[in-house]
Amino acid sequence: MPSTAVLLSQAFNGLALGSLLALVSSGLTIILGTLGVLNFAHGALFAVGAYTAFVMMQATHSFVLALIGGCAVMLIIGFAMERLVIRHFYARPDEDQILVTYGIGMVLVEALRAWFGGNSQRVPVPSWGMGATKLGFLVYPTYRLQLIGIIAALLVGLYLVLYRTSVGLVVRAGIENAGMVGILGIDVRRTFLFVFAVGIVAVGLAGMLYAPVVAVTPDMGASFMVQSFVVIVLGGLGSFPGAIVGGLIAGEIISLTSAFDSAYSEVMLYGLMALVLVARPQGLFGTEGRV
Amino acid sequence: MVPRPFRAAWPELALLVALIAAPVLLPPLGFSHDLLSRALNWALFGLGLDILFGLAGLLSFGQAAFYGAGGFVAACLLVSGTIQSVWLAFLIGTLAAGLFGLAVGWLAVRRIGIYFAMITLAFGQMAYFIQNSPLSDYTGGENGIAGVPVPVIGFGAWAVRITAGLPMYALLAATFFLGFVLARRIVHSPVGLILKAVKENTPRVAMLGHDVPAYKLAAFTIAALYAGLAGAMLGSFQSYMPPDAFALETSGQLVVQTIVGGVGTLVGPLVGAALWLWLRDNLQLIPGFGSLWKLILGMAFIGLVMGLRRGICGEILHRWGQRREAARLGAAKARTDAIEEAIAAGGGVAPEVPAEVALPMPRPAFDGRTAHAEIALEAQGLARHYGGLKAVDGVSFQVRRGSIHAVIGPNGAGKSTLFKMLSDEVSPSAGSVLLFGERLTGAGVTEATQRGVAKSNQLNQLFLALTVRENLRVAALARARGRFRLDLLAPATGRADVEAQVETLLGILDLGTRAETRVGVLAYGEKRRLEIGMALATSPNVLLLDEPLAGMSPSERVATCALIRRIGRSCTILLVEHDLDAVFDLAERITVLSEGRLLADGPAEAVRRDPAVQKAYLGAAPDEALGETTGTWGAVHEPA
Repeated sequence: MPSTAVLLSQAFNGLALGSLLALVSSGLTIILGTLGVLNFAHGALFAVGAYTAFVMMQATHSFVLALIGGCAVMLIIGFAMERLVIRHFYARPDEDQILVTYGIGMVLVEALRAWFGGNSQRVPVPSWGMGATKLGFLVYPTYRLQLIGIIAALLVGLYLVLYRTSVGLVVRAGIENAGMVGILGIDVRRTFLFVFAVGIVAVGLAGMLYAPVVAVTPDMGASFMVQSFVVIVLGGLGSFPGAIVGGLIAGEIISLTSAFDSAYSEVMLYGLMALVLVARPQGLFGTEGRV
Repeated sequence: MVPRPFRAAWPELALLVALIAAPVLLPPLGFSHDLLSRALNWALFGLGLDILFGLAGLLSFGQAAFYGAGGFVAACLLVSGTIQSVWLAFLIGTLAAGLFGLAVGWLAVRRIGIYFAMITLAFGQMAYFIQNSPLSDYTGGENGIAGVPVPVIGFGAWAVRITAGLPMYALLAATFFLGFVLARRIVHSPVGLILKAVKENTPRVAMLGHDVPAYKLAAFTIAALYAGLAGAMLGSFQSYMPPDAFALETSGQLVVQTIVGGVGTLVGPLVGAALWLWLRDNLQLIPGFGSLWKLILGMAFIGLVMGLRRGICGEILHRWGQRREAARLGAAKARTDAIEEAIAAGGGVAPEVPAEVALPMPRPAFDGRTAHAEIALEAQGLARHYGGLKAVDGVSFQVRRGSIHAVIGPNGAGKSTLFKMLSDEVSPSAGSVLLFGERLTGAGVTEATQRGVAKSNQLNQLFLALTVRENLRVAALARARGRFRLDLLAPATGRADVEAQVETLLGILDLGTRAETRVGVLAYGEKRRLEIGMALATSPNVLLLDEPLAGMSPSERVATCALIRRIGRSCTILLVEHDLDAVFDLAERITVLSEGRLLADGPAEAVRRDPAVQKAYLGAAPDEALGETTGTWGAVHEPA
């Protein structure tokens, strides 16, 4: 049995990982719920976000400026992807959408590899996030605490957009019934463009925020994408609360299991997914009948 | 003239020639024997995906799980010395992958499309992590398993080791050839036909009485078996089993190769794999270009998915078959035009009166005890509530055996919902349905069809990419074969009873000249007739027809009414229809619904005179109201 200190610090790691997964998954889930498109390029876009932070940090030496610039870059990528490719796939079968986004992901990852090489890059921890903070019962790296706070703020912001604005109302209505929203005379195409871009910025931001904690490589997003798929299966397809709760559950399972035996941390996550598929196929927050 | 069996087997013969010629002709072009061997290994792996995705329409991103499982089970058994025979290890590895596929598939086939791709991907990753950590004592973790032996043919002094190079090529080519022959047999088996139909319209296949999840699971397991065999051979031929076999990249590469080569062609995976490996090996040699090969391939892949969706082999086969298809299509279109012209000209269409052919009596699905029951179908207090809306609210009535019985009622009366409960597509909130005195409710739509209740839909639910004959065959196979049967090696056309039944139906439906036409190009009236024919092909004891005349021209209505009357001689019919002239003409008994409740039920004449029916249903008292009514009543859509 691991000591309380180890468990506590793993619980905090789980919170950090979980909030990151929640951000990645909420981007994936609002695109999936509204547009009906499963974005297989999501992992690649996570890596694009991290590399953007790397380039911007080198240019500006300010993490905040890097985040702002990075958001602009992700926004442009999101708009371009939707306009040039995704838009032509709304009426095509799910399988085609999956294939084309997989292809985009492959091209993005290879472009990163061609540009920056296959070796890992490092993004420095911002000056205001150096060192460790004493929490009384635990000493924990400051930046990771800030990471949890920043992501919580971003998710609250996304919640406010989705649940307190008229655009958000259209998005949520679109998740329920996209056809009906179109019939009501709302320009669904513009909403789709907006939602897609927001989803891409969300995953890009996750990549940027995570960059100082890990080695930045072209393939870094793949495992996050698969984990965010699991989060969506857990939380329920297209459900924003499901993505957040599912993300936190996934993060805690991975971190707490590795306190006991790290060999089983990922296996436990997929085991839980299998359990949910049997016991509650629509996910924790999903409604039966969708998909 | 080439003898018939050889013409039918031309793909096999062509492949055989290509596999023999390849190691002689291709090496100067940069295809080494090693590259060709690796391509064949991928191609064997890809045959499974082609059956799963190309045939059944299920896109899996987790095939690496089974490739790795087959590979590591075989490699582990051989290197640990548990098993001496490499061949036996191949077999065990393949079966282990198949078992794993059965388990994963059992969870994955519950979901379709997006969910299916996500779940297979996640289980693929799970397998990767299991190999990497908990089982690393057996699998070598990140190091994989080195020193996997090669297979040996013969015994003692005559033993020949199949080493890398040409001997290994020969072994892989022979294995792929056998795998290909088997895959083609599967495609042309009844299971293959049903899977094709599943890809086109899954709910309809279930409605016809085929156990869809079981067939999907079969396809998934077959794909896993192919992957397992390919994986088992991989370790032996490289004398090393790499952990990447389990990687997400492996599943992705397989999907890309199969799509690029041409999905649904069975040779596509081979061409795609050869192209991928050739590009990798040769572009990497160009200075300053090395790392770009996958970027270029990725862009080509996006272009392929956006534009040329058939892939290389698919495109070649398509162009080749286009002329034949064009001729057939032209003839079909000419007939469609002629029919439409005749309709436009004022209706003297008259689809020629079809030849008088006796319908075979459906075999009873009920046991002797109830075979003589007078009541074929009985609704007992059926109700279906959607939230506060009571679509159907406690309806009871009986359908007599051998009668034509109609359900009428204004729009929103709950007729379609009632019908869906009778065929157990929708489960009732209360009450139950009895078929020949036995409870049907709760059995599910597939079982309902197997027990002898078939339904034709208000909106056509046909397999548009299949021919008329194939559509009827899918339907006729359902009760002839039962819910599920794994006759993978039998030809779909091999059942004389089914073929005879399809031929009879083509005559009755007056679709004989259209038998080989793709359903997608049929005229509307023909599709309507086929929709009825599909239900009829399941040899029902009770046939439910949901607005069989919807959208038909007056002359088509006459012909269809004649058809219904004729079907009525051999089975019990219950129909919903807005055309009251047709209803009073056809039905012996009529049930009237209004706002989800039973308003009247009795012989047609009594219902016609019932003042309550006239008042509530017609909103007009005069007797002539019904007399004057012709044509369709209002719009046909109701809440589902």
